[in-house]
Order: sequence, then structure tokens, then C-alpha cells
Amino acid sequence: MSLQAELEHYRNVLIVRLRGELDHHTADIVRNKMEAEIIRGESHHVILSLKDLQFMDSSGLGVILGRYKQIRSKGGKMVVCDVNPSVYRLFEMSGLFKIMNIYDNERMAISSLEVVS
Amino acid sequence: MGRNEMTLSFSARSENEAFARIAVASFVSQLDPTLEELNDLKTAVSEAVTNAIIHGYDSDSAGKVTIDASIDGDVVSIEIYDNGRGIEDLELARQPLYTSKPEMERSGMGFTIMENFMDRFEVTSELGQGTRVAMLKRIESKKALYN
Repeated sequence: MSLQAELEHYRNVLIVRLRGELDHHTADIVRNKMEAEIIRGESHHVILSLKDLQFMDSSGLGVILGRYKQIRSKGGKMVVCDVNPSVYRLFEMSGLFKIMNIYDNERMAISSLEVVS
Repeated sequence: MGRNEMTLSFSARSENEAFARIAVASFVSQLDPTLEELNDLKTAVSEAVTNAIIHGYDSDSAGKVTIDASIDGDVVSIEIYDNGRGIEDLELARQPLYTSKPEMERSGMGFTIMENFMDRFEVTSELGQGTRVAMLKRIESKKALYN
């Protein structure tokens, strides 16, 4: 019961694929990996791809909002895609969709960012 | 079926958050809950246990978190408590997006999630004594469809 974070640069976009369970215990993994990549600055925008994220609680919201602020302060955008119903409910409850766009899959998320960049 | 109870007590370590929510989910699975109900319960348990560890004990793993759970008919009751520092201002703590630890990137959504995911939710706290969260959820058992 853990979390894997796979990070891939695609053109000017950092794609972050989370697999497993994102809670207080595993939030550090996501924070450290994403923070380092954002600081390196190879990518301008971030896509959070959550198809295989089986569980998330408010600690996950915290780490996502933290990275959102980080990428925003550098002028980039963050979007999410492939969100399962329970994670969707959490995002909705916390008002996350007011600041972040959501897409059905990575392909649609990428093309939305290519339009704005 | 009569009342069924279980108690679980464990160190205030973050790796026990997953253990706690999975243990409660296993206990409740005898009611044949839907995936959504199970996920609601797991999330609420995760929030309460995380609060106890981070806020109750300031991440000191010497502390103990206890869960009392019971099943009575189709109702699940869960109490989660610690003997930590307690909450000074409960009303403030329950405000959506409020957190006493913004430097830890806490979202401040824990209590809001517990209130929304459970049918009843109550929190009591005493400074220097600890905090107790009591929650209740009715499981609309899938079996009921065939009765």
C-alpha cells in the first residue's frame, strides 16, 4: 500500500502519473519529486494524470495545491486528467476545479496546454 | 445480527494511516457496502487518524491512536481518539480550508470531509487531554435489494 510517482517531460509539459494511495504518509514522495522537477524548470506546465490513483485524502489536496502555487508563481498552468469518481468528489468539495481545468485523458490535457502556450 | 465491536490501538506513525483505514474497511465489509460507501469510510478514518498524528501528537510516534468501531444493524459507528494536546478553538478548526499548520501544506479540509462523507459527525476536545471524533454511517447494504 504505497505510492508511485512517474514523471515524464513531454515538450514543455511535465506529466505526473500517480499510482496507489496518496495520503499524509506518501505526500512527501509527491512533494519532493515534483518540487525538484519544477525547480529544474525544463517544463512550463504540469499535467496530473490520476487514472491509477486508488485513494486520496485531504493530505493529497494539500500537496497538489502546494505544487499548483509553485507552478503558478513561475507563470505556468496545472491541469488534471483521468480522475476517478472518489477523487473527483474531493476536488469538487475543496473548490479545486475553480482554479484547475479537468480533462478526460492525457491527450486532451496536452492539447489544451499547447493552445495556451 | 447483534452488535459487533472492535478496538484498534496503534502508534502515531504516518505509515499506520493506511493500516487504520484498511482495517476499518475490512471490519465493515461484512455489511456488504458499495465501493463508494467503503471509500467514504476510509477517507473519513484517514482524516481523523492523520489529525491525531499531526495535530494531536505533533508527529511524536510515542503517542497512541485508538479506534473503537461497532456495527449495529446497518449502522457503523466509529470513534477515533488520541491523548494529545487537544484543540483550542474547535469552531475555528472546523472551518473549511482553515489549518493551524499551513507550513506543512495542510489543506484544511479534514473536518469538512468527515462531515460530508459520514451521516453524523461530532468532535470533542480538551486542551492537554486529547481529541475524540465520533462518526456514524448507515450502510445501504446491497443485500437489502433482494429482501
